[in-house]
Amino acid sequence: MSDDVAIVGIGIHPFGRHEGVSGMEQGAIAIRKACEDAGISWNDLQFAFGGSVAAGSPDHMVSQMGLTGLQFINVVNGCATGGSALISTFNTIKSGAYDLGVAVGFDKHERGAFRVQTGKQGERDWYGGSGMALTTQFFGMKINKYMEDYGITQSSLAKVASKAFRNGSKNENAWRRQAFGEEEVLQSQMLSYPLTQYMFCSPGEGGVALVLARADKAHQYTDKPIFLKSAVVRSRKYGSFEVLAPSLALDYADGPTVDASKAAFEAAGIGPEDIDIAQLQDTESGAEIMHMAENGFCEHGEQEKMLADGETEITGRLPVNTDGGCLANGEPVGASGLRQVYENVLQLRGQAGKRQVPDSPKVAYTHVYGAPGISGVTILSA
Amino acid sequence: MGQVSINENVMDLTPDGPRLKGMRCKECNNHVFPMQSGCPKCTSDNVEEVQLGNKGTLWAWTIQGFPPKAPPYLGEANPEKFKAYGVGYIELPGQLKVESRLTISDPTQLKSGMMMEIVGEAIGEDENGNELVTFAFAPTD
Repeated sequence: MSDDVAIVGIGIHPFGRHEGVSGMEQGAIAIRKACEDAGISWNDLQFAFGGSVAAGSPDHMVSQMGLTGLQFINVVNGCATGGSALISTFNTIKSGAYDLGVAVGFDKHERGAFRVQTGKQGERDWYGGSGMALTTQFFGMKINKYMEDYGITQSSLAKVASKAFRNGSKNENAWRRQAFGEEEVLQSQMLSYPLTQYMFCSPGEGGVALVLARADKAHQYTDKPIFLKSAVVRSRKYGSFEVLAPSLALDYADGPTVDASKAAFEAAGIGPEDIDIAQLQDTESGAEIMHMAENGFCEHGEQEKMLADGETEITGRLPVNTDGGCLANGEPVGASGLRQVYENVLQLRGQAGKRQVPDSPKVAYTHVYGAPGISGVTILSA
Repeated sequence: MGQVSINENVMDLTPDGPRLKGMRCKECNNHVFPMQSGCPKCTSDNVEEVQLGNKGTLWAWTIQGFPPKAPPYLGEANPEKFKAYGVGYIELPGQLKVESRLTISDPTQLKSGMMMEIVGEAIGEDENGNELVTFAFAPTD
C-alpha cells in the first residue's frame, strides 16, 4: 500500500431538511468546519472539486468563501457526484500538481424529488406515462428476484432498516434519529413489494467537505491523518441490471459495484477480509444486503445468517452503515458519498462517540451506487 | 373516438393486440427496446427495426403500491382511486427482457418463470378523446 494522499480535515453540515439554508451554504459551512479541523484557512487551499446535482454550481461559493483565485472545478456524475469530486481531488494530489485541496459535496432536494422525465422531446412519454420509470420499482424488482434466488427473507430487510435507524439515533448529524423496531418497519406502507416505506431512503439535504493533503505533509495539519488508499468509479457494462431500463439484455453481467470494488481492492493491495468497517449504499434496505455480496464481503445468500447473528451491527464482525446510512441520513446526491468517507474518518480516528466501533478499526470501506448505473468505492486506513 | 397506441414509435396496436417495436443489430443479433440508432453490445450502427415477440417468461417483478407522479403518469394518480399494479421484466426468447406493466397485482399470484403474453391496457385519453392504450403482460392461463 502506498501512502500518497491523506485526509487531514473533515466537516459536515447536518443532513435532513433545512428551510432557508441553501444547498450551497450547507457546502460552505462544511468547508469552514473542515478547514478548522485541519487548522487551515480557505486561503491555504490550492484547489477544490465541488459536486452538486440539484443545488447550483459549486464554484459559485468562492464569492462567499473568498476570492483567492484557486482552481475550482465542478463535478456532476449522477449518484457518484460526491465520490467523483473526491477521486478528482485524490488524483490531483497523487499527480503532484498540488499539495493541499478540498473535495466538497452538497445538495438540496425537495420532498419526492428524483421524479424521472423520460421520452423524446415532442412525443408522448410512453415509459413514465405507462407507470414505469420509477427508481423504486427497480429496487423492488432487484431485491425481490435476489430474495427468490438466494433465500433472503423480508425479516432481513426489516433488520437492515431497524439497524439504520438505531445507528442514526446515535448520530447528531443524521436526519432520522428515532429508532424503529422490525415490526414497525414491516408494517409501514408497502411501496414497491417487498419494500415498505421505512425500508427506503428519501431525497434530502446536506453538505460534506474533506481536506486532502500530500501524505508526507499530513502531520503539519493533523496528528491523526487518515490515508486514502484507493478511490475508484466504474460505469456499467453490457448485460448489467440497472435503474430505468425499458429493456435488458438476455445475457447477465455483474453490475458496476463488482467492478469498482475489485479495482479498489487491487489498487489498495488488500482484500475484503482486511476491512474493519464498511459504509455501503443503502438506497433501500435490500440494496445494503445485495451490496454486502457485490463488494466481496460474503457469498450471495450468506447475508441472511450474518444479519441474524448481528455481524453488521456496530459491535459485530463487520459493522455496516454505522452512521445510519442513507436510510437515516437521506440522500442529498452530491454529498452522500462524502458522508460515508466522513464517517469512516471519524471511526478510524476513534472520534465517533456513541457509535464508535470498538477495538480501534484500522481499515475502512465506502461504496455508493446509483443512476444511471454507476458505482464508487474508497478504501481508507488509519 | 377509438383506441390509439400510447406511442406509435414504440408500439403498434394490431387486431391481435399490441406489438412492440425493437432494435435488432444486424452484426451481432442483439435486441434493444425501444428502437435506437446503435448497438450497446457491439457498438455497430448497422441496426434495423423489428417486431418483438408477444410471449415470454416472467424474470423479475414488483408491485407498484403508490400512485406515480402525474405527469408523467397518464393513469389514475388520485390516491383515493389508485389501484396497485404489477411491474416486471418478461424474457422474450432469443430477443431481450422487456419491462412492462403486469395485469396481476397480487404478489401471491406472481412467480418468476411463469408464462405471460402481451395484452392492451387502457391508461388514459388523448386530446381528441381517444382511449390511449399501453402494453401489459398477463399470465397465459
